[in-house]
Amino acid sequence: MSKVWRYGDHVDTDVIIPARYLNIADFKELSEHAMEDIDTSFAANVQAGDIMVAGRNFGCGSSREHAPIVLQQKGIKCIIADSFARIFYRNAINIGLPALEIGKEVEKIEAGDELTVDLAKGEINIVNKGITIHTNPLPEFVQKIADAGGLINFVKGAQ
Amino acid sequence: MGMTMTQKILAKHSGHDCVSVGDLLISQVDLILANDITGPPAIDEFDKIGKPVFDKNKIALVPDHFSPCKDIKSAEMCKHLRDFARQHEIKNYFEVGRMGIEHALLPDAGLIAPGEIIIGADSHTCTYGALNAMATGVGQTDVGAAMASGTTWFKVPKAIKVVLAGKKPRFVQGKDIILTIIGKIGVDGARYQSLEFCGEGISELTMADRFTICNMAIEAGGKNGIFPVDEKTIAFLQERGVTRSWQAVEPDADAEYDSILNIALDELVPVVAYPHLPENTHPAAESNNIIIDQSVIGSCTNGRLEDLAQAAEVLKGRKVHPHVRCIIIPATQEIYKKAMALGYIDIFIDAGAAVSTPTCGPCLGGYMGILAHGERAISTTNRNFRGRMGHVDSEVYLASPYTAAASAVLGHIADPREVLK
Repeated sequence: MSKVWRYGDHVDTDVIIPARYLNIADFKELSEHAMEDIDTSFAANVQAGDIMVAGRNFGCGSSREHAPIVLQQKGIKCIIADSFARIFYRNAINIGLPALEIGKEVEKIEAGDELTVDLAKGEINIVNKGITIHTNPLPEFVQKIADAGGLINFVKGAQ
Repeated sequence: MGMTMTQKILAKHSGHDCVSVGDLLISQVDLILANDITGPPAIDEFDKIGKPVFDKNKIALVPDHFSPCKDIKSAEMCKHLRDFARQHEIKNYFEVGRMGIEHALLPDAGLIAPGEIIIGADSHTCTYGALNAMATGVGQTDVGAAMASGTTWFKVPKAIKVVLAGKKPRFVQGKDIILTIIGKIGVDGARYQSLEFCGEGISELTMADRFTICNMAIEAGGKNGIFPVDEKTIAFLQERGVTRSWQAVEPDADAEYDSILNIALDELVPVVAYPHLPENTHPAAESNNIIIDQSVIGSCTNGRLEDLAQAAEVLKGRKVHPHVRCIIIPATQEIYKKAMALGYIDIFIDAGAAVSTPTCGPCLGGYMGILAHGERAISTTNRNFRGRMGHVDSEVYLASPYTAAASAVLGHIADPREVLK
Protein backbone atom coordinates (compact mmCIF):
# COMPACT_ATOMS: atom_id res chain seq x y z
CA MET A 1 0.00 0.00 0.00
CA SER A 2 1.10 3.51 -0.76
CA LYS A 3 0.94 6.64 1.35
CA VAL A 4 -0.67 9.74 -0.18
CA TRP A 5 1.04 13.14 -0.42
CA ARG A 6 -1.87 15.48 -1.11
CA TYR A 7 -1.61 18.93 -2.73
CA GLY A 8 -4.03 21.46 -4.25
CA ASP A 9 -4.60 23.11 -7.63
CA HIS A 10 -1.98 24.63 -9.97
CA VAL A 11 1.09 23.12 -8.31
CA ASP A 12 3.73 24.63 -10.62
CA THR A 13 7.11 23.29 -11.63
CA ASP A 14 8.80 26.19 -9.81
CA VAL A 15 7.60 24.78 -6.50
CA ILE A 16 8.12 21.14 -7.48
CA ILE A 17 11.76 22.07 -8.06
CA PRO A 18 12.76 25.75 -7.71
CA ALA A 19 14.87 27.14 -10.57
CA ARG A 20 17.51 28.35 -8.12
CA TYR A 21 18.65 24.71 -7.81
CA LEU A 22 18.71 23.91 -11.52
CA ASN A 23 22.46 24.42 -11.67
CA ILE A 24 22.68 21.06 -9.85
CA ALA A 25 23.26 18.46 -12.57
CA ASP A 26 23.00 15.44 -10.26
CA PHE A 27 19.31 14.49 -10.06
CA LYS A 28 19.65 12.65 -6.75
CA GLU A 29 21.18 15.70 -5.09
CA LEU A 30 18.60 17.95 -6.80
CA SER A 31 15.73 15.82 -5.52
CA GLU A 32 16.54 16.77 -1.91
CA HIS A 33 14.90 20.13 -2.75
CA ALA A 34 11.69 18.69 -4.23
CA MET A 35 8.53 20.54 -3.11
CA GLU A 36 10.43 22.45 -0.40
CA ASP A 37 8.79 25.83 -1.13
CA ILE A 38 5.33 24.47 -0.26
CA ASP A 39 6.16 21.43 1.88
CA THR A 40 9.42 21.26 3.80
CA SER A 41 8.56 17.79 5.13
CA PHE A 42 8.27 16.10 1.73
CA ALA A 43 11.87 15.38 0.73
CA ALA A 44 12.87 14.11 4.18
CA ASN A 45 9.85 11.88 4.77
CA VAL A 46 8.65 10.54 1.42
CA GLN A 47 9.08 6.78 1.06
CA ALA A 48 9.70 4.74 -2.07
CA GLY A 49 6.32 3.69 -3.45
CA ASP A 50 4.37 6.71 -2.14
CA ILE A 51 1.85 8.40 -4.41
CA MET A 52 1.34 12.12 -5.05
CA VAL A 53 -2.24 13.33 -5.44
CA ALA A 54 -3.21 16.84 -6.52
CA GLY A 55 -5.97 19.01 -7.95
CA ARG A 56 -6.21 20.84 -11.27
CA ASN A 57 -3.37 21.66 -13.68
CA PHE A 58 -0.60 19.82 -11.81
CA GLY A 59 2.87 20.72 -13.09
CA CYS A 60 1.98 23.98 -14.80
CA GLY A 61 4.70 26.40 -15.83
CA SER A 62 8.21 25.60 -16.95
CA SER A 63 8.98 22.66 -19.25
CA ARG A 64 11.73 21.50 -16.89
CA GLU A 65 11.72 17.71 -16.89
CA HIS A 66 13.62 18.01 -13.64
CA ALA A 67 10.15 18.29 -12.02
CA PRO A 68 8.87 14.74 -12.71
CA ILE A 69 12.46 13.44 -12.43
CA VAL A 70 12.94 14.64 -8.83
CA LEU A 71 9.58 13.17 -7.80
CA GLN A 72 10.56 9.86 -9.41
CA GLN A 73 13.99 10.07 -7.73
CA LYS A 74 12.32 10.50 -4.34
CA GLY A 75 10.38 7.29 -4.90
CA ILE A 76 6.99 8.62 -6.03
CA LYS A 77 5.63 5.74 -8.10
CA CYS A 78 2.58 7.44 -9.58
CA ILE A 79 0.91 10.86 -9.70
CA ILE A 80 -2.87 11.18 -9.63
CA ALA A 81 -4.53 14.52 -10.35
CA ASP A 82 -7.77 16.13 -11.41
CA SER A 83 -5.80 17.33 -14.47
CA PHE A 84 -2.20 17.82 -15.58
CA ALA A 85 -0.46 20.65 -17.43
CA ARG A 86 0.42 19.22 -20.83
CA ILE A 87 4.21 19.51 -20.81
CA PHE A 88 4.44 17.92 -17.35
CA TYR A 89 2.16 15.07 -18.46
CA ARG A 90 4.27 14.52 -21.56
CA ASN A 91 7.48 14.58 -19.53
CA ALA A 92 6.13 12.12 -16.96
CA ILE A 93 5.13 9.68 -19.72
CA ASN A 94 8.49 10.12 -21.45
CA ILE A 95 10.43 9.17 -18.30
CA GLY A 96 8.11 6.29 -17.44
CA LEU A 97 6.35 7.90 -14.45
CA PRO A 98 2.62 7.05 -14.57
CA ALA A 99 0.33 10.08 -14.44
CA LEU A 100 -3.38 9.39 -13.98
CA GLU A 101 -5.91 12.10 -14.79
CA ILE A 102 -9.15 11.32 -12.94
CA GLY A 103 -11.10 14.61 -12.75
CA LYS A 104 -13.26 15.38 -9.72
CA GLU A 105 -12.92 11.82 -8.41
CA VAL A 106 -9.62 13.01 -7.00
CA GLU A 107 -11.54 14.84 -4.28
CA LYS A 108 -12.23 11.46 -2.65
CA ILE A 109 -8.53 11.07 -1.90
CA GLU A 110 -7.14 12.84 1.18
CA ALA A 111 -3.76 13.25 2.83
CA GLY A 112 -2.84 10.13 4.80
CA ASP A 113 -5.08 7.80 2.78
CA GLU A 114 -3.66 4.42 1.82
CA LEU A 115 -3.91 3.55 -1.89
CA THR A 116 -3.34 0.63 -4.17
CA VAL A 117 -3.16 1.36 -7.90
CA ASP A 118 -3.57 -1.20 -10.68
CA LEU A 119 -2.36 0.57 -13.81
CA ALA A 120 -3.26 -2.25 -16.18
CA LYS A 121 -6.88 -2.36 -14.97
CA GLY A 122 -7.04 1.39 -14.40
CA GLU A 123 -8.17 0.93 -10.79
CA ILE A 124 -7.38 3.06 -7.76
CA ASN A 125 -8.42 1.64 -4.37
CA ILE A 126 -8.64 3.90 -1.34
CA VAL A 127 -8.08 1.03 1.05
CA ASN A 128 -8.90 2.77 4.32
CA LYS A 129 -12.22 4.05 2.89
CA GLY A 130 -13.16 1.01 0.85
CA ILE A 131 -13.61 3.16 -2.29
CA THR A 132 -12.62 2.09 -5.81
CA ILE A 133 -12.06 4.69 -8.54
CA HIS A 134 -12.00 3.55 -12.17
CA THR A 135 -9.80 5.48 -14.60
CA ASN A 136 -9.49 5.45 -18.37
CA PRO A 137 -6.56 3.37 -19.59
CA LEU A 138 -3.71 5.27 -21.24
CA PRO A 139 -4.10 5.86 -25.00
CA GLU A 140 -2.53 2.98 -26.93
CA PHE A 141 0.33 5.05 -28.31
CA VAL A 142 1.16 6.46 -24.89
CA GLN A 143 0.93 2.95 -23.41
CA LYS A 144 3.56 1.81 -25.93
CA ILE A 145 5.95 4.50 -24.67
CA ALA A 146 5.19 3.49 -21.09
CA ASP A 147 5.69 -0.22 -21.91
CA ALA A 148 9.08 0.56 -23.46
CA GLY A 149 10.08 2.23 -20.19
CA GLY A 150 10.04 5.73 -21.63
CA LEU A 151 10.58 7.59 -24.87
CA ILE A 152 14.29 6.92 -25.34
CA ASN A 153 13.83 3.16 -25.22
CA PHE A 154 10.79 3.54 -27.47
CA VAL A 155 12.84 5.46 -30.06
CA LYS A 156 15.70 2.96 -29.79
CA GLY A 157 13.26 0.13 -30.35
CA ALA A 158 11.91 1.81 -33.47
CA GLN A 159 15.29 1.84 -35.18
CA MET B 1 -14.51 19.20 -41.34
CA GLY B 2 -12.15 22.16 -41.76
CA MET B 3 -8.94 22.65 -39.85
CA THR B 4 -7.43 25.37 -37.66
CA MET B 5 -4.02 26.89 -38.44
CA THR B 6 -2.35 24.56 -35.92
CA GLN B 7 -4.11 21.48 -37.30
CA LYS B 8 -3.06 22.32 -40.87
CA ILE B 9 0.61 22.60 -39.89
CA LEU B 10 0.46 19.33 -37.95
CA ALA B 11 -1.23 17.54 -40.87
CA LYS B 12 1.33 18.71 -43.40
CA HIS B 13 4.27 17.66 -41.21
CA SER B 14 2.76 14.24 -40.55
CA GLY B 15 1.97 13.21 -44.11
CA HIS B 16 -1.80 13.58 -43.74
CA ASP B 17 -4.31 15.59 -45.77
CA CYS B 18 -6.48 16.05 -42.75
CA VAL B 19 -6.20 15.51 -38.99
CA SER B 20 -8.81 15.59 -36.23
CA VAL B 21 -8.78 16.60 -32.58
CA GLY B 22 -7.25 13.85 -30.46
CA ASP B 23 -5.27 12.17 -33.25
CA LEU B 24 -1.80 11.08 -32.17
CA LEU B 25 0.79 11.90 -34.82
CA ILE B 26 4.47 11.50 -35.52
CA SER B 27 5.52 14.83 -37.06
CA GLN B 28 8.66 16.10 -38.76
CA VAL B 29 10.14 19.11 -36.97
CA ASP B 30 11.87 22.08 -38.61
CA LEU B 31 13.86 23.33 -35.62
CA ILE B 32 14.73 21.96 -32.18
CA LEU B 33 15.79 24.24 -29.33
CA ALA B 34 17.45 23.71 -25.98
CA ASN B 35 19.18 26.00 -23.48
CA ASP B 36 21.83 25.72 -20.78
CA ILE B 37 19.41 24.16 -18.27
CA THR B 38 17.55 21.74 -20.51
CA GLY B 39 20.28 21.13 -23.10
CA PRO B 40 22.70 19.10 -20.94
CA PRO B 41 20.13 16.50 -19.83
CA ALA B 42 18.74 16.42 -23.41
CA ILE B 43 22.25 15.63 -24.65
CA ASP B 44 22.53 12.82 -22.07
CA GLU B 45 19.27 11.33 -23.37
CA PHE B 46 20.41 11.79 -26.99
CA ASP B 47 23.67 9.94 -26.24
CA LYS B 48 21.71 6.90 -25.00
CA ILE B 49 20.18 6.49 -28.47
CA GLY B 50 23.58 6.20 -30.15
CA LYS B 51 22.71 7.89 -33.44
CA PRO B 52 24.11 11.05 -35.07
CA VAL B 53 22.12 14.29 -35.00
CA PHE B 54 19.43 14.24 -37.70
CA ASP B 55 20.45 17.65 -39.08
CA LYS B 56 23.11 19.91 -37.57
CA ASN B 57 21.43 22.94 -39.19
CA LYS B 58 18.08 22.35 -37.51
CA ILE B 59 19.19 22.42 -33.89
CA ALA B 60 19.56 25.67 -31.92
CA LEU B 61 21.43 25.72 -28.61
CA VAL B 62 21.28 28.91 -26.59
CA PRO B 63 23.01 29.27 -23.20
CA ASP B 64 20.82 32.09 -21.85
CA HIS B 65 19.31 31.09 -18.50
CA PHE B 66 22.26 31.11 -16.08
CA SER B 67 24.66 32.60 -18.62
CA PRO B 68 27.09 34.43 -18.66
CA CYS B 69 27.68 31.71 -16.08
CA LYS B 70 26.71 32.67 -12.56
CA ASP B 71 28.71 29.98 -10.76
CA ILE B 72 30.85 26.88 -11.28
CA LYS B 73 27.88 24.52 -11.56
CA SER B 74 26.27 26.57 -14.33
CA ALA B 75 29.66 26.88 -16.03
CA GLU B 76 29.88 23.07 -16.14
CA MET B 77 26.44 22.87 -17.72
CA CYS B 78 27.32 25.50 -20.35
CA LYS B 79 30.54 23.62 -21.08
CA HIS B 80 28.55 20.44 -21.63
CA LEU B 81 26.35 22.30 -24.14
CA ARG B 82 29.32 23.95 -25.86
CA ASP B 83 31.29 20.70 -26.16
CA PHE B 84 28.29 18.98 -27.73
CA ALA B 85 27.78 21.88 -30.17
CA ARG B 86 31.42 21.67 -31.29
CA GLN B 87 31.48 17.89 -31.52
CA HIS B 88 28.36 17.77 -33.68
CA GLU B 89 29.10 21.02 -35.56
CA ILE B 90 25.78 22.53 -34.52
CA LYS B 91 25.38 25.58 -36.74
CA ASN B 92 23.08 27.57 -34.48
CA TYR B 93 24.98 27.53 -31.20
CA PHE B 94 25.03 31.05 -29.78
CA GLU B 95 28.01 31.82 -27.54
CA VAL B 96 28.08 34.55 -24.85
CA GLY B 97 28.56 37.86 -26.63
CA ARG B 98 26.49 36.69 -29.59
CA MET B 99 23.87 35.06 -27.42
CA GLY B 100 20.44 36.52 -26.63
CA ILE B 101 17.31 35.34 -24.87
CA GLU B 102 16.31 32.40 -27.04
CA HIS B 103 12.76 33.40 -27.94
CA ALA B 104 13.79 36.89 -29.02
CA LEU B 105 16.97 35.64 -30.68
CA LEU B 106 15.70 32.85 -32.95
CA PRO B 107 13.05 34.91 -34.80
CA ASP B 108 15.53 37.80 -35.14
CA ALA B 109 18.14 35.37 -36.53
CA GLY B 110 15.70 34.36 -39.28
CA LEU B 111 15.36 30.79 -37.93
CA ILE B 112 11.55 30.80 -37.81
CA ALA B 113 9.18 30.94 -40.80
CA PRO B 114 5.41 30.54 -41.21
CA GLY B 115 4.06 27.00 -41.40
CA GLU B 116 7.05 25.45 -39.64
CA ILE B 117 7.10 23.24 -36.55
CA ILE B 118 9.49 24.21 -33.77
CA ILE B 119 9.88 22.30 -30.52
CA GLY B 120 11.97 23.55 -27.66
CA ALA B 121 12.91 22.32 -24.22
CA ASP B 122 11.58 25.57 -22.84
CA SER B 123 7.93 26.25 -22.19
CA HIS B 124 8.00 29.67 -23.87
CA THR B 125 8.87 28.13 -27.24
CA CYS B 126 5.24 28.95 -28.07
CA THR B 127 6.44 32.53 -28.73
CA TYR B 128 7.08 31.73 -32.42
CA GLY B 129 3.37 31.34 -33.14
CA ALA B 130 3.50 35.09 -33.77
CA LEU B 131 5.12 34.16 -37.09
CA ASN B 132 2.39 31.65 -38.01
CA ALA B 133 4.55 28.71 -36.88
CA MET B 134 3.33 25.79 -34.76
CA ALA B 135 5.74 26.08 -31.83
CA THR B 136 5.50 24.39 -28.47
CA GLY B 137 7.48 23.56 -25.36
CA VAL B 138 8.47 19.98 -24.64
CA GLY B 139 10.79 18.24 -22.19
CA GLN B 140 14.44 17.43 -22.52
CA THR B 141 13.80 13.76 -23.28
CA ASP B 142 11.61 14.86 -26.21
CA VAL B 143 14.44 17.07 -27.44
CA GLY B 144 17.04 14.34 -26.97
CA ALA B 145 14.92 11.93 -29.01
CA ALA B 146 14.09 14.50 -31.70
CA MET B 147 17.74 15.48 -32.16
CA ALA B 148 18.28 11.90 -33.33
CA SER B 149 15.05 11.27 -35.22
CA GLY B 150 14.00 14.71 -36.52
CA THR B 151 10.48 13.85 -35.40
CA THR B 152 8.30 14.06 -32.33
CA TRP B 153 4.85 12.96 -31.25
CA PHE B 154 1.86 15.26 -30.93
CA LYS B 155 -1.77 14.98 -29.98
CA VAL B 156 -3.87 17.20 -32.24
CA PRO B 157 -5.25 19.91 -29.95
CA LYS B 158 -8.67 21.47 -29.67
CA ALA B 159 -8.71 25.19 -30.29
CA ILE B 160 -9.93 28.43 -28.80
CA LYS B 161 -10.64 31.15 -31.35
CA VAL B 162 -9.60 34.52 -29.97
CA VAL B 163 -11.20 37.31 -31.98
CA LEU B 164 -9.46 40.66 -31.58
CA ALA B 165 -11.57 43.67 -32.55
CA GLY B 166 -11.29 47.43 -32.40
CA LYS B 167 -8.42 49.81 -31.80
CA LYS B 168 -5.75 49.40 -29.16
CA PRO B 169 -5.61 52.31 -26.66
CA ARG B 170 -2.28 54.15 -26.50
CA PHE B 171 -0.85 52.59 -23.33
CA VAL B 172 -2.28 49.11 -23.82
CA GLN B 173 0.32 46.66 -25.09
CA GLY B 174 0.54 42.99 -26.02
CA LYS B 175 1.23 42.18 -22.36
CA ASP B 176 -2.02 43.81 -21.25
CA ILE B 177 -3.91 41.87 -23.93
CA ILE B 178 -2.55 38.45 -22.96
CA LEU B 179 -2.81 39.10 -19.20
CA THR B 180 -6.44 40.14 -19.75
CA ILE B 181 -7.08 36.92 -21.70
CA ILE B 182 -5.46 34.77 -18.99
CA GLY B 183 -7.48 36.67 -16.37
CA LYS B 184 -10.65 35.72 -18.25
CA ILE B 185 -9.96 32.04 -18.99
CA GLY B 186 -7.59 31.16 -16.13
CA VAL B 187 -4.18 29.50 -16.00
CA ASP B 188 -5.66 26.24 -17.27
CA GLY B 189 -8.31 27.79 -19.53
CA ALA B 190 -6.47 26.71 -22.68
CA ARG B 191 -5.01 23.48 -21.29
CA TYR B 192 -4.06 21.10 -24.13
CA GLN B 193 -5.54 23.62 -26.62
CA SER B 194 -4.25 26.04 -29.22
CA LEU B 195 -5.07 29.73 -29.04
CA GLU B 196 -5.88 30.79 -32.60
CA PHE B 197 -5.86 34.56 -32.98
CA CYS B 198 -7.94 36.28 -35.64
CA GLY B 199 -9.95 39.43 -36.28
CA GLU B 200 -9.28 42.84 -37.73
CA GLY B 201 -7.75 43.97 -34.42
CA ILE B 202 -4.60 42.00 -35.33
CA SER B 203 -3.57 44.79 -37.69
CA GLU B 204 -3.31 47.02 -34.61
CA LEU B 205 -0.61 44.84 -33.12
CA THR B 206 3.13 45.22 -33.66
CA MET B 207 5.16 42.04 -34.14
CA ALA B 208 6.49 42.64 -30.61
CA ASP B 209 2.90 42.60 -29.30
CA ARG B 210 2.25 39.31 -31.11
CA PHE B 211 5.43 37.70 -29.76
CA THR B 212 4.45 38.75 -26.23
CA ILE B 213 0.92 37.38 -26.65
CA CYS B 214 2.03 34.00 -28.05
CA ASN B 215 4.83 33.81 -25.46
CA MET B 216 2.29 33.66 -22.65
CA ALA B 217 -0.11 31.16 -24.29
CA ILE B 218 1.53 28.62 -21.97
CA GLU B 219 0.45 30.68 -18.95
CA ALA B 220 -3.14 29.87 -19.93
CA GLY B 221 -2.10 26.20 -20.19
CA GLY B 222 -2.05 26.37 -23.99
CA LYS B 223 -0.10 24.04 -26.25
CA ASN B 224 0.57 26.97 -28.57
CA GLY B 225 -0.70 30.32 -29.76
CA ILE B 226 -0.76 31.26 -33.43
CA PHE B 227 -1.38 34.35 -35.56
CA PRO B 228 -2.10 34.50 -39.31
CA VAL B 229 0.38 36.18 -41.65
CA ASP B 230 -0.14 39.80 -42.71
CA GLU B 231 2.05 42.53 -44.20
CA LYS B 232 3.74 43.14 -40.84
CA THR B 233 4.75 39.48 -40.65
CA ILE B 234 6.11 39.57 -44.19
CA ALA B 235 8.07 42.77 -43.49
CA PHE B 236 9.54 41.15 -40.36
CA LEU B 237 10.61 38.04 -42.28
CA GLN B 238 12.19 40.11 -45.07
CA GLU B 239 14.06 42.27 -42.57
CA ARG B 240 15.35 39.08 -40.91
CA GLY B 241 16.64 37.62 -44.17
CA VAL B 242 14.24 34.68 -44.31
CA THR B 243 14.68 33.73 -47.96
CA ARG B 244 13.79 30.03 -47.84
CA SER B 245 10.37 29.15 -49.21
CA TRP B 246 7.61 28.98 -46.64
CA GLN B 247 3.91 28.41 -46.75
CA ALA B 248 1.57 30.35 -44.49
CA VAL B 249 -1.55 28.70 -43.12
CA GLU B 250 -4.98 30.20 -42.66
CA PRO B 251 -7.89 28.60 -40.83
CA ASP B 252 -10.62 26.97 -42.88
CA ALA B 253 -13.95 28.77 -42.73
CA ASP B 254 -15.49 25.65 -41.18
CA ALA B 255 -12.65 24.95 -38.73
CA GLU B 256 -13.96 23.67 -35.42
CA TYR B 257 -13.34 25.62 -32.21
CA ASP B 258 -14.04 24.45 -28.70
CA SER B 259 -14.89 28.01 -27.69
CA ILE B 260 -14.69 31.58 -28.97
CA LEU B 261 -13.30 34.48 -26.97
CA ASN B 262 -14.06 38.01 -28.14
CA ILE B 263 -11.65 40.73 -27.06
CA ALA B 264 -12.61 44.38 -27.67
CA LEU B 265 -9.24 46.12 -27.69
CA ASP B 266 -10.85 49.57 -27.11
CA GLU B 267 -12.07 48.44 -23.71
CA LEU B 268 -8.70 47.24 -22.39
CA VAL B 269 -6.63 49.06 -19.76
CA PRO B 270 -3.08 48.53 -18.45
CA VAL B 271 -3.24 45.56 -16.08
CA VAL B 272 -1.08 43.83 -13.49
CA ALA B 273 -1.16 40.15 -12.50
CA TYR B 274 -0.86 39.80 -8.72
CA PRO B 275 0.94 36.92 -6.98
CA HIS B 276 1.00 33.97 -7.30
CA LEU B 277 -0.74 33.19 -10.60
CA PRO B 278 -0.78 35.04 -13.95
CA GLU B 279 -4.61 34.89 -13.88
CA ASN B 280 -4.85 37.29 -10.91
CA THR B 281 -5.30 40.27 -13.19
CA HIS B 282 -6.24 43.74 -11.88
CA PRO B 283 -6.18 47.23 -13.45
CA ALA B 284 -2.85 48.94 -12.78
CA ALA B 285 -4.77 52.10 -11.87
CA GLU B 286 -6.34 50.26 -8.90
CA SER B 287 -3.00 49.02 -7.56
CA ASN B 288 -1.45 52.27 -6.31
CA ASN B 289 -1.16 51.08 -2.73
CA ILE B 290 1.36 48.36 -3.65
CA ILE B 291 4.88 49.56 -2.83
CA ILE B 292 7.67 47.95 -4.89
CA ASP B 293 11.35 47.27 -4.24
CA GLN B 294 12.36 46.30 -7.77
CA SER B 295 11.26 46.72 -11.38
CA VAL B 296 12.53 44.29 -14.01
CA ILE B 297 12.15 45.14 -17.70
CA GLY B 298 13.26 42.43 -20.11
CA SER B 299 12.87 38.63 -20.72
CA CYS B 300 11.59 36.57 -23.65
CA THR B 301 8.21 38.15 -22.99
CA ASN B 302 9.17 41.84 -23.08
CA GLY B 303 12.85 42.40 -23.89
CA ARG B 304 12.41 43.57 -27.48
CA LEU B 305 13.26 46.99 -28.91
CA GLU B 306 9.59 48.09 -28.83
CA ASP B 307 9.50 47.17 -25.13
CA LEU B 308 12.65 49.16 -24.38
CA ALA B 309 11.14 52.09 -26.32
CA GLN B 310 8.20 52.10 -23.89
CA ALA B 311 10.54 52.08 -20.91
CA ALA B 312 12.60 54.90 -22.46
CA GLU B 313 9.50 56.97 -23.11
CA VAL B 314 8.62 56.76 -19.41
CA LEU B 315 12.13 57.15 -17.99
CA LYS B 316 13.34 59.98 -20.26
CA GLY B 317 14.16 62.96 -18.03
CA ARG B 318 12.84 61.12 -14.96
CA LYS B 319 14.50 59.24 -12.10
CA VAL B 320 13.90 55.78 -10.71
CA HIS B 321 12.39 56.14 -7.23
CA PRO B 322 15.12 56.14 -4.54
CA HIS B 323 13.71 52.96 -2.93
CA VAL B 324 13.54 51.00 -6.20
CA ARG B 325 16.13 48.97 -8.11
CA CYS B 326 15.26 49.10 -11.80
CA ILE B 327 16.96 46.41 -13.91
CA ILE B 328 16.66 46.58 -17.69
CA ILE B 329 17.83 43.67 -19.86
CA PRO B 330 17.78 43.97 -23.66
CA ALA B 331 16.93 40.51 -24.97
CA THR B 332 19.67 40.27 -27.62
CA GLN B 333 22.92 41.97 -28.52
CA GLU B 334 21.31 43.44 -31.64
CA ILE B 335 18.48 44.92 -29.59
CA TYR B 336 21.08 46.27 -27.13
CA LYS B 337 22.96 47.99 -29.98
CA LYS B 338 19.83 49.47 -31.49
CA ALA B 339 18.72 50.71 -28.06
CA MET B 340 22.12 52.33 -27.67
CA ALA B 341 21.90 54.00 -31.09
CA LEU B 342 18.45 55.34 -30.23
CA GLY B 343 19.72 56.79 -26.94
CA TYR B 344 17.65 54.46 -24.73
CA ILE B 345 20.62 53.13 -22.79
CA ASP B 346 21.71 56.67 -21.85
CA ILE B 347 18.15 57.40 -20.74
CA PHE B 348 18.10 54.25 -18.57
CA ILE B 349 21.46 54.92 -16.93
CA ASP B 350 20.70 58.61 -16.40
CA ALA B 351 17.43 57.58 -14.72
CA GLY B 352 19.37 55.37 -12.32
CA ALA B 353 18.55 51.97 -13.82
CA ALA B 354 20.96 49.05 -14.16
CA VAL B 355 21.39 47.70 -17.71
CA SER B 356 22.62 44.15 -18.29
CA THR B 357 23.90 41.96 -21.08
CA PRO B 358 21.18 39.57 -22.34
CA THR B 359 20.16 36.84 -19.87
CA CYS B 360 17.01 35.20 -18.52
CA GLY B 361 18.60 35.74 -15.05
CA PRO B 362 16.02 37.29 -12.73
CA CYS B 363 12.88 35.95 -14.47
CA LEU B 364 13.37 32.49 -13.00
CA GLY B 365 15.21 33.57 -9.87
CA GLY B 366 18.56 32.61 -11.39
CA TYR B 367 20.66 35.72 -10.76
CA MET B 368 20.86 39.44 -11.71
CA GLY B 369 18.10 40.66 -9.43
CA ILE B 370 17.03 38.11 -6.81
CA LEU B 371 14.45 39.17 -4.21
CA ALA B 372 14.92 38.94 -0.44
CA HIS B 373 12.33 37.82 2.11
CA GLY B 374 9.25 40.05 1.93
CA GLU B 375 10.41 42.00 -1.13
CA ARG B 376 8.15 42.84 -4.02
CA ALA B 377 8.92 43.30 -7.71
CA ILE B 378 6.96 44.49 -10.70
CA SER B 379 8.26 42.67 -13.72
CA THR B 380 7.67 42.37 -17.46
CA THR B 381 8.45 38.65 -17.22
CA ASN B 382 5.92 35.85 -17.53
CA ARG B 383 5.47 34.03 -14.20
CA ASN B 384 4.66 35.19 -10.69
CA PHE B 385 4.63 31.78 -9.02
CA ARG B 386 5.69 31.54 -5.38
CA GLY B 387 9.46 32.03 -5.08
CA ARG B 388 9.88 32.56 -8.83
CA MET B 389 12.26 35.55 -8.50
CA GLY B 390 13.92 34.67 -5.23
CA HIS B 391 12.87 34.08 -1.64
CA VAL B 392 9.77 31.96 -1.18
CA ASP B 393 8.18 34.89 0.68
CA SER B 394 8.86 37.46 -2.05
CA GLU B 395 6.24 38.63 -4.55
CA VAL B 396 6.18 39.24 -8.31
CA TYR B 397 3.59 41.39 -10.12
CA LEU B 398 3.48 41.00 -13.91
CA ALA B 399 2.95 43.99 -16.20
CA SER B 400 3.89 45.70 -19.46
CA PRO B 401 7.11 47.72 -19.89
CA TYR B 402 5.08 50.96 -19.73
CA THR B 403 3.58 49.95 -16.40
CA ALA B 404 6.81 48.52 -14.96
CA ALA B 405 8.71 51.71 -15.88
CA ALA B 406 6.01 54.02 -14.49
CA SER B 407 6.00 51.99 -11.28
CA ALA B 408 9.81 52.26 -11.06
CA VAL B 409 9.51 56.06 -11.16
CA LEU B 410 6.71 56.36 -8.59
CA GLY B 411 7.89 53.59 -6.23
CA HIS B 412 4.49 51.91 -6.27
CA ILE B 413 2.48 50.08 -8.92
CA ALA B 414 1.11 52.70 -11.29
CA ASP B 415 -0.85 53.02 -14.49
CA PRO B 416 1.51 54.52 -17.11
CA ARG B 417 -0.93 57.41 -17.58
CA GLU B 418 0.00 58.62 -14.08
CA VAL B 419 3.47 59.44 -15.40
CA LEU B 420 2.84 60.10 -19.11
CA LYS B 421 -0.17 62.39 -18.99
